[in-house]
Amino acid sequence: MENVKQHIVNKDEKVISISGLYKSFDDLQVLKGIDFNLFKGENVAVLGKSGSGKSVLIKIIVGLLKPDRGEVFVLGKHVDQLAGKELDALRIRIGFSFQNSALYDSMNVYQNLAFPLTMNVKNLTKSEVDHAVNGVLVSVGLANKSKQMPSDLSGGQRKRIGIARTLILKPEIMLYDEPTSGLDPITSAEIIELINEVQQKYNTSSVIITHDLTCAKNTGNRIAMLHKGKFLKVGTFDEVFATDNEQMRGFFNYNFIQ
Amino acid sequence: MLNRSVKRYIFSKGLDDYFTGVHKAYRFTTLFFKEAFKRPFHLRELINQCFEVGLKSLALITLTGFIVGIVFTKQSRPSLEDFGATSWLPSLIGIAIIKALGPLVTALICAGKVGSGIGAELGSMKVTEQIDAMEVSAINPFKYLVVTRVLATTITIPILALYCSFVGLYGSYLNVHAEETSSLISFYQSAFKTITFLDIITSITKTVVYGFTIGIVGTYKGYNATQGTRGVGKAANQAVVLAMFLIFIEEVIIVQVANWIRYY
Repeated sequence: MENVKQHIVNKDEKVISISGLYKSFDDLQVLKGIDFNLFKGENVAVLGKSGSGKSVLIKIIVGLLKPDRGEVFVLGKHVDQLAGKELDALRIRIGFSFQNSALYDSMNVYQNLAFPLTMNVKNLTKSEVDHAVNGVLVSVGLANKSKQMPSDLSGGQRKRIGIARTLILKPEIMLYDEPTSGLDPITSAEIIELINEVQQKYNTSSVIITHDLTCAKNTGNRIAMLHKGKFLKVGTFDEVFATDNEQMRGFFNYNFIQ
Repeated sequence: MLNRSVKRYIFSKGLDDYFTGVHKAYRFTTLFFKEAFKRPFHLRELINQCFEVGLKSLALITLTGFIVGIVFTKQSRPSLEDFGATSWLPSLIGIAIIKALGPLVTALICAGKVGSGIGAELGSMKVTEQIDAMEVSAINPFKYLVVTRVLATTITIPILALYCSFVGLYGSYLNVHAEETSSLISFYQSAFKTITFLDIITSITKTVVYGFTIGIVGTYKGYNATQGTRGVGKAANQAVVLAMFLIFIEEVIIVQVANWIRYY
């Protein structure tokens, strides 16, 4: 689980750049002026309590939500000014792993994985699709599950297939929404290992949204602590953990560090 | 983060929500027409949905159409016998089934079976983020899920209504045949004797409109489902209730317009 520390981060190349980001829902202000950069090859874990705006942040990055104010650049593109084919072209370069995996439950594992590929890449032969599907299934360690329906899979397996579905389009950026939530400690450790393997093998830059300190510590090159819509501190795990800030200490004290 | 203030409404919460809902439904419907004529067309999914709509409802429509034909004939016979007009029975049944009962019964069955299914399926996809998953995979979920389903109901329900009318007439024929000797061909000829070209066009128009209504209401309710699993049930329920309500209103309007055309 220490692989992440060895990965080379290119500090000259920003893949995500956010400045002055605000977002509210009706009268509820969720993000209150976020400034954030993600560098090429880097994993940043965004820590925070439920309702602190973590998921909203990555949904804005991928263009699922529009910000009220502020600028979000992803791979050099101004996300909230993109639409249609331009936005689709950017989204192909971003992998989004959902908290509950969001597998299409009317399709089996093979179809779940082949679907984004065949919808985005035209004129693929059956053997090319098979090759790509088997490749990502091997990457996530579930090579023998292609015929199973999502309802037949365990929570950890669903998470893995969810990640595999994003990998099939060979993304440059991975966004993980609570990758270890609802999993037992052993399965969580396997998912953490998979996140690091993905970073190594696919050379991705990642934002990992989590409230799990173990996950943040073992996946993030940097940790960003989000509290009430603002980043309280961004730095290495040790820097963030050494804080005297009462709100952050309160959060850490409720977590178990592996 | 909890900077809440008292929300101001233009009229009242209920009226504001109603007008917002109407506006959202209008935008949803116009988006359907924009997307329906743009590439890619997802023909395989469209055929799959047509098959789903048709096959799922076929048994129920066969049974209902057949029973409607028999029951309507049994109910009508005594009244016609009082006037010595039993020979008008096939014509009466033809008018009733082809012009009104066939399309309406098919639409109501499909609103219940297909509309609720679409509402529940899309609602479930919405609350489990499957629709968002499509969007972030650069797949247009509106086009893939909504356009294909609305087109499928618009294409398939007229065919089912036609089938229902023929099955209903066959049920009626069996009942007539049990009482007096008649051939199937002569029965159908008598049934269609009083049916005009305008009646056929009106029936087809009705079923196309019903099919579109069932599809658009089911997808709208499902696509905009909220509040988790409770929202899925609500979407399915509202898809049926609203579709049936609109079908009855459309029935009245289309019949009225057809009568204006007939008499003027």
